[in-house]
Amino acid sequence: MNQELQNELSRQGVVLTTIEELYNWGRKNSLWPLQFGLACCAIEMIAASMARFDMARFGAEVFRPSPRQADLMIVSGTITKKMAPQVVRLFNQMPEPKYVIAMGACAICGGPFRDGYNVLQGIDLYLPVDVYIPGCPPRPEALLEGLIHLQQKIARQRLTGPERPPHLEENAPGEFPVPQFGPHDLAGPRLRKARMPDANS
Amino acid sequence: MIAPPPELQTPGAGDFAGHDLLEIAMGPHHPSTHGVFRMNVVLDGETVVKLTPVFGYLHRNHEKIAEKNSYLASIPYTDRLDYICSMTNNWAYVLSVEKLAGLAVPERAEYIRVIVGELTRLQNHACLAGFLLQDMGALGTPLMYAFREREKILDLFESLSGSRMMCNYMRFGGCRCDLPAGWLEQAVKVTAAFDPFLDHFEALLDENEILRARSQGVGVLPRGLAVNAGVTGPGLRASGVNYDIRKVDHYGIYNRFQFRVPLGQRGDVFDRYMVRILEMRESLRILGQALHDLPPGAIQDPKVRLRNLRPKPGEAYGRIESPKGELGFYLISDGGPAPWRYRVRPPSLVNLTVLEEMCLGHTIADVVIILGSIDIVLGEVDR
Amino acid sequence: MTLRGRACAKPGCLMPTPEQIKDRILAAFPGARLEVIPNGSPANQPSLLLDAGQAREIAKFLRDDPDLRFDYASNVTGVDWPEKVVKEKVKVRKIIDGVEQEAAELVERKTLGFLEAVYHLYSMALGHGPLILRLRTGNRTDRVALPSLTPVWRSCEFQEREVFDLFGITFEGHPDLRRILMWDNFADHPMRKDYVPADDQEAKP
Repeated sequence: MNQELQNELSRQGVVLTTIEELYNWGRKNSLWPLQFGLACCAIEMIAASMARFDMARFGAEVFRPSPRQADLMIVSGTITKKMAPQVVRLFNQMPEPKYVIAMGACAICGGPFRDGYNVLQGIDLYLPVDVYIPGCPPRPEALLEGLIHLQQKIARQRLTGPERPPHLEENAPGEFPVPQFGPHDLAGPRLRKARMPDANS
Repeated sequence: MIAPPPELQTPGAGDFAGHDLLEIAMGPHHPSTHGVFRMNVVLDGETVVKLTPVFGYLHRNHEKIAEKNSYLASIPYTDRLDYICSMTNNWAYVLSVEKLAGLAVPERAEYIRVIVGELTRLQNHACLAGFLLQDMGALGTPLMYAFREREKILDLFESLSGSRMMCNYMRFGGCRCDLPAGWLEQAVKVTAAFDPFLDHFEALLDENEILRARSQGVGVLPRGLAVNAGVTGPGLRASGVNYDIRKVDHYGIYNRFQFRVPLGQRGDVFDRYMVRILEMRESLRILGQALHDLPPGAIQDPKVRLRNLRPKPGEAYGRIESPKGELGFYLISDGGPAPWRYRVRPPSLVNLTVLEEMCLGHTIADVVIILGSIDIVLGEVDR
Repeated sequence: MTLRGRACAKPGCLMPTPEQIKDRILAAFPGARLEVIPNGSPANQPSLLLDAGQAREIAKFLRDDPDLRFDYASNVTGVDWPEKVVKEKVKVRKIIDGVEQEAAELVERKTLGFLEAVYHLYSMALGHGPLILRLRTGNRTDRVALPSLTPVWRSCEFQEREVFDLFGITFEGHPDLRRILMWDNFADHPMRKDYVPADDQEAKP
C-alpha cells in the first residue's frame, strides 16, 4: 500500500494496516526484559532504566524477576561455565516469542576474560542471539540503540512463509540443551564452536 | 525473633528428621542478590535456621590471567573487580606495585587520587543506599535519586578518563592524564550540590518508620566476631570498631586531611546504613579540602617504565580503604614482566563470612536486607 | 626487650620486627622450627616461615599475646612453586692427563616443588602490621596437607576454601572444606602452574 495514501487516510482518522504490522507493533513496543544482570554490564543496564536514559520510553521498563513473564533476556555480563546451565534453563523457561540481546563483549565472545578456565566464550554457544551490543561496558545509549534494532527486527518479522520467527515455526527447537558440569569442562552439545579470529585478518 | 533449636545452630548439622523444614535456593538469578550470588537457605516456616552461601558464578579467573599479562596490562582488569568503584580498585593495585618496585608519586597525582577516590566512595555509598532501600520495598525512588547524583560523578570520570565506569586511570607512579580545562570547577559544583542532596535524602528516609522497623535490631554483628571474621569497611565500623585504613596506614596523603570516622553502636542494618550516610558527609569534607589545596605540577613520575616494568624479585602487599572495606593486592615478582603470583584480597568475600550468623533466627525477608547492608559486588567476591 | 620496628597508628606503639617476633615465639615454644624469609623488594615485608606441626598453637599465641595482639587475619592465599632445574658448578675430583685434579663441573639439580599458604596478619587493637606467615607443604602431589588456621581467625574460612579449590592444599581442621569457586565435581586445581585448560584449543587465537 502506498505510504502517502496511508498517511493521508490516517490524518482523516482512518488507520489501514495488516494483522502482521499490528501484531508486531504491539509486541515490539512492550518488550518485558528479564531482570538478569550478571556483571558490570548490569550496572549500565540499570543506569539505562534510570531517569537519565529512561528505557521506559521504549516500553521496556518493566523488568520481570520471573522468566515466565518475560520476553527479552538481556545477557549483560560474563557468562561463566558455572552459571551457563542456569542461563540456558532460564531461557528455556521463558515463553515464546522470546529474544536474546547479548550485551557487552563478554556475552558476545568472552570479552577480556576469554582466556580463562571458567569463562564461556560467548552466550551464542548455547542460545540463539538476536542482537549483539559491543562495548565494555556499552554505554546506556548503546543498549537503547540495541533495543531499537531489536524492535526493528521484530517489526520485519513475517507471520507466514519461510522467514517465520521460531515461535511460529513448528519444527523450531522448543528447548535448548542445558550444559552439564563435567570433571574438566562443560559437557553436552553446543550450538556452535567458539569463534576464532580469521588467520588471514 | 525466634531462636533456632540448639541442634540446628551449628553449620553442617545434617539430620533434620522430625522437622518440617524447607530448603530453598535464593539465586543465582534473583532480583535482590546484587549479582549472581546464591544462598541455600533452610527455613522453618519463615525463619532461617541455616544459610549456606554458594560462590563462583562470576569467577572470571582474573588472577590466572594476570600471571600472563604484564603489570600494566592488569590495570584494566582491576577496573572490573568491584565494577562500581573502578578508581579505588586501580589505586589499590598501583599502590601495591609502587611498594613492590619502590616508586614515588608526585604530589599533584596524590591529590587527584584522593579526589577521584572520594568521589568513588560517594557514588558507591549512594548506590548502596538506593539498592538497600529497594530491597526494603521502596521500589525505585531512592534508587532513582541516587543514580541521578551518580550520573553527575560519572560525567566527571568520563571527561577525565574517557569512560564512565571502567576508568583505567591510575598508573604506577601517578595518573594517566591531567585534569581537563574546567574539570575542577565542575567538580566543585558537583560536590557543593551533594550536601543538599544528602539533606533531602536523609529527610525523606532517616525518620521513616518502615526503614527503622525493618532495619533496627536486624542483622546484629557483635564486635568480637566482626574483628575475628575479618570484616572491614563500614560494616566493621558500624559494630563499633575504629579501624579505617586511611587513618591506620596513612597511605597516599590522607594524613593531610581532617575527617572523622563514624562509628556505630549496635552493628545492625540501620547502623551500617547510617555509617555510610555519615561517611558520605566526611568524604565531602575531604573533597572540599583536596579540591581547594590541589597543587600544580607533574602527574606522573617520568622515570617509571610503565610498559616493561620488571620489579626486582620480591613481594609486596598493599591495601587501601575501598568503599567496601580493605582491598588489598599481594604481588610476588620473579624479576620477569608478569607477576609470579597476583592475588586480590576481596573485601566483599571476607565480609560475607558472617552472613549466616547475622541471618539466623530472622525471617527470609530480613535476609535480603542483611545481604544488602553488607554491600557486596560479585565481581570482587568471585574475581 | 625494647621493641623497635615500623610505627603504627596508636602513638607510642611500634610493631616488633619479624626477628623479634621469632624470638618471642621461641621463648613460648622452645624447639619450634621457624625461619625469617627476607623480601627482595623495597616493600620491607619479610615473612616468618612456620613449621606445619605447631602452626595453630603459634597462631593462637600471636593472636592472644598482649604485646602482639594479631587479631585480624587479612589475607590468606596460596602460591605454587613448581620444581625447578638448577645448574650448579660443583667441584669434582677427576683424572685429567693422568693426574687426579679438582675440576669444576656443571651439575643439574632439581629443587623440590611445594605449595605455600601465606597469611597476612594485622592488629586492629594495636594498629600495627603486617606480619606475614608462611606454611609450606611437603610436595605438590601427595603431601599437601596443612593445618587450618580457621579455628584461630574466622576470616580464613572462605579464603582457605579458595586455596583448596584452586591450588589443592587440604587444610586439616577446617570446618567445611569444599570447593568454593568451581563446581563440586571439577577435578583440577586451576591456579597451579602446570594446569592446562580443557578448551585450550578454542581459546588460543
